[in-house]
Amino acid sequence: MILQQVINGVMLGMVYALIAVGYSLVFGILGLLNMAHGSIYAFGAHMGLFIVGLNFGLPAAFVFAIITTGLMEMLMDKVILAPLRAKNAPNITLLISVMGVSYIVQNMLMIVFDSTRKPFPKLFDFGTFQIGNITITGSQISMFVIALVFLLLLTFIVNYTKIGLAMRASRENPKAANLMGIDVRRVVTFTFFLSGMCAAVAGVLVAGYYQMVYPTMGVDAGLKGFAAAVLGGIGVLYGSVVGGVVIGIAECIATAFIGGNFRSATAYLILFLVLLIKPSGLFGKNNVDKV
Amino acid sequence: MGMLLEVNGITKVFGGLTAVENVEFKVGQGEIVSIIGPNGAGKTTIFNMLTGVYKVNAGTIVFEGKEIQNKAPREIVKAGIARTFQNIRLFPTMRVIENVLVGEHININYNFLDLLFKTKKYKSEEKAAHERAISLLNELELGDEINNYAKNLPYGMQRKLEIARAIATNAKLVILDEPAAGMNPQESEELKNFILKLRDRGITILLIEHDMNVVMDISDRIYVIDHGRKIAEGYPKDIATNERVITAYLGSGGVKKDED
Amino acid sequence: MQKLSVLYDNFTDFLSKHKVPSIIVLYAVLIALPQLGIGQYLTRVLCLIGVYSILGLSLNMIAGYMGQTSMGHAALYCLGGYFSALPGVWFGLPFWITLIFGIIGGALGGLILGISTMRLSGSYMAVITLAFGEVVKMIVINWQDVTNGPLGVRNIPRPNFFGIELTTANGGFFYLVLVLVTIAVLVSVCVVNSKFGRAVRAIKEDELAAKLMGVNTAAYRIKTIMISGAMAGMAGAFYASMNRYIDANTFSFDVSMTILSIVIFGGMGSIPGMIIGSTLLTGFPEAFRALADYRYVIYGLILILMMRFRPQGLLGGLSKKPYKLPKGVSLKAAAADNAEAGKQVK
Repeated sequence: MILQQVINGVMLGMVYALIAVGYSLVFGILGLLNMAHGSIYAFGAHMGLFIVGLNFGLPAAFVFAIITTGLMEMLMDKVILAPLRAKNAPNITLLISVMGVSYIVQNMLMIVFDSTRKPFPKLFDFGTFQIGNITITGSQISMFVIALVFLLLLTFIVNYTKIGLAMRASRENPKAANLMGIDVRRVVTFTFFLSGMCAAVAGVLVAGYYQMVYPTMGVDAGLKGFAAAVLGGIGVLYGSVVGGVVIGIAECIATAFIGGNFRSATAYLILFLVLLIKPSGLFGKNNVDKV
Repeated sequence: MGMLLEVNGITKVFGGLTAVENVEFKVGQGEIVSIIGPNGAGKTTIFNMLTGVYKVNAGTIVFEGKEIQNKAPREIVKAGIARTFQNIRLFPTMRVIENVLVGEHININYNFLDLLFKTKKYKSEEKAAHERAISLLNELELGDEINNYAKNLPYGMQRKLEIARAIATNAKLVILDEPAAGMNPQESEELKNFILKLRDRGITILLIEHDMNVVMDISDRIYVIDHGRKIAEGYPKDIATNERVITAYLGSGGVKKDED
Repeated sequence: MQKLSVLYDNFTDFLSKHKVPSIIVLYAVLIALPQLGIGQYLTRVLCLIGVYSILGLSLNMIAGYMGQTSMGHAALYCLGGYFSALPGVWFGLPFWITLIFGIIGGALGGLILGISTMRLSGSYMAVITLAFGEVVKMIVINWQDVTNGPLGVRNIPRPNFFGIELTTANGGFFYLVLVLVTIAVLVSVCVVNSKFGRAVRAIKEDELAAKLMGVNTAAYRIKTIMISGAMAGMAGAFYASMNRYIDANTFSFDVSMTILSIVIFGGMGSIPGMIIGSTLLTGFPEAFRALADYRYVIYGLILILMMRFRPQGLLGGLSKKPYKLPKGVSLKAAAADNAEAGKQVK
C-alpha cells in the first residue's frame, strides 16, 4: 500500500519537479520569484488544448505548447522585466510586475477559453500494469517518462552546451560573465524560454493526466511547484527535482492515509518546517551576513 | 593603571582556519589605540569579536572589569562599546537626526503603551533624546544636515555621522574600523582632528586604520597584527622603526602598497 | 505625473497648515456619506475599502517600515475572522468582545509568524509567509470540528450598539469601519514616530547595523509582526461580522496578493498611501464589474505600468518636507543650550 503511494507520488512528483525547475532556472539567474509561472503553466496547458481541439494530436500539442509558452516567457522578460532590470529596480518591483503578468495571463485565458473545466484527451495510455499488488497506469508511465526526458534534456543543456556554460557563468557572477564576452541578456532570455518550456510540458502532462484544463489550474500547481523549488533550495536544479518528488510522495501518502483534504496541506507543512530549520532549503547555500 | 578594555588571548577559528590566534591587548581610559596590520591579518575579525558579531573560541574580553565575550551585541553596546564599519553602514534613507536617534535607542526609556498613548514619559524622553541628538550633531559640525537623508551626505560627512551615531549610544569606547578609507588627504587631515576632538570629550578610541599618516599622528599606542597574531606593540615611533613590523606589514613591496 | 506630485505636495501643505479644520471637514463628509442615499451596495464597497485600508496599514508595518515582504498576509486576516466569528456563533458573545478575540487571534498568528521568520529576510521571508498563509488556510479547511471546514461559518452575529443593530443599510458598518481605520491610522502614526518606529526602520535599512546600535532586532521583528497581526485581526473580525459568513476561500492567496498590491501601489511607508491604494484597488474591480474578466486584466496592467513608471507607489518615496521635531524642541534652542554647556565647561 505504501509502496503504491510512493510510486504514485514519484510519478506526480516528476511534474512538480518540472514546474519547480522552471522557478529555479529564473531564480538562479535573476534572484526573482517568478510568481507568474503558475499562470504560464495554465497557458501552456491551454495552448495544448487548442492544438488538440484542432485534432493534431498530443505530440503536436506538446511542440506547439512549448514554443508558444517559451515565447510567452521571453516576451514577459523582454517587455516587462528587462526595462526594470535596466533601471536596477529592487526585487519587489519585479515581483509585483510579475504578479501583474499573472493576473493578465490568467484572466485572458478566462476570456478566450472561458473559465469552465474543459475535457482533455488522456495521456498516451497503453494499458495498466500490475506488479504484485502495485498498479501503474500507462498514463502515469508516460507522464513520468516525458517529464524525465525533459529534465534530462535540461540537465544536458545546462551542463554540456555552450549556452549552458554561459548560464552557469551568469548565475555565478553576471558582471564578470558580461566582461568575459557573454551576452547576459541573451542568456536571460534563453533561460526564460527554458522555464516556459518546463511550464508548458508540465501543463500538458497534468492536463492529460487529469483529463481536464481550466484557467485557474495554475494557482495550486504553481504554488506547489514553487514549494518544491524552495524545499530543494530555490536556484538549485537537482534540488528542485528532489523537492518535487518529495512533495509528490508526501501528498500521495497523506491522501491515502489521512484524507484527501490534507493533500495540499502536506506540501506547505513540509515547506514550512524545512524552512524553519534550514531557510535556504535542503540543498541551498546559506547566506552569511558579512561585516 | 585601570584599563578600560583588556583582551586576553582571544582566538577565532573559521572551519579549520585560525583567523585570530591568542591575541591580547589593552586600552586605557582616554587613550587612542590603533591596531594595524596587512589586509586579511584578522583585524576586523577582532572587532567583530569585541562587538559580539562573532563568538570567541577562546580567551576573554574584559570591559570595565566585566567579561563581555560572547555576549549579544545589544549587551555590549549597553556596556559601553560602539563601533563603525569598514564600509559605511548608515541607515541611508533615514534622516541624519534619525540615524543618531537610533544610536540613542538604548538610552530612551519608554514602553509600547507610552508611545501609543503619548504619555508624559514618552514626550519628555523623546524631547530629551532629540535635544541630545541635535546638540551632538551641532558639536560634530553636522548641525546643518539634520534634515538631510544620510545617503545624500558627502562621503566624509557620512563617516562622521557614523561616528556620531556610535557616540550617541553613550559609548565609553568607540571602535573605528578604517575611518579614513577612501578619504583624500584633506579629508583624512580633518578626520584626525575630529578623532582628537572625540578624545577631548572623554571617549576612548580603538582604531583600525591603513592610513599610516593618521595612525602615526594620533595614536597613543599601536598593536600590530599579522596572520592573526600580535607581532608587535608600542609607541608610534617604535613601531615605525620596528624591523619585524616593516617586513611583515609592509613586506617587500611595502612602499608601493602604501601608495594605494 | 510630475505636475500631479507638485499638486499633491501643495495640497498636503495646505492640509498640514490647516490641520484641525481639514480633519473636521474630512470626517464630516465621511459621516454624512451613508446618509446621502448612496445605497447599500456602495456602502458595502466603502466598508470593503475600509477593511482593505486596515489590511494595507497592517502590512505596511511589515513591508513599509520593516522592509519585509509578506505574501501570506491573508492568514492573519483569516485568524482574526475565525477567532472573532467562532465565539460569536458558539456562545452568542457580543461583537465588541469577539472583536478583541479577533485582534488577539491576529496578534497570536503574528507571534508565530514572527518567531518563525526571525532570522529570515528577502525572498525567503516572502516564501515562508506564503507557506504560512497556505498552512493556515489548510488548517481552517481541515479542522472541521472547529472551523466547520469548507462549509464555512454562517450567521455570524452583527454588532449591537446600544440596542441598534449595525447593518450596511443603516450605515452602521460604515461608521464602525471608519472608527477602526482611524484606530489603525493612529497606531501607525504613533509607532512610526517613536523609538519603536525608528528601530524598525533601521532594521529595514541595515539589520546588522541596527543590531550593533543595541536594537534588539529579533524582538522588534516579532513585535512588529504582532502589531500588524492585531490590525489584520481587527479587519478580519469586522469583515466576518459584516459579511455574516466566512470560509477558507474568503482569505485566499489572491487576498494576500491584493493586500501586497495595495501597499506597493499606495506607496510603502505612506499612511495616506494605504488608504488611497485600497480605495483605488478595491474600488476599481467593484466599479468596473461590467467589464467582467477584463477588469483583472486591466488590474494587472496597472500594476505593471505602476512598477515601470512609479515604483515607489503613488505616495511613497522620501518626503521632501523637513523633519518634524517633537514639541518644544527647536534646532536653535538646542544650539543655544549647547553653546551654554560649552561655556560652563570652560
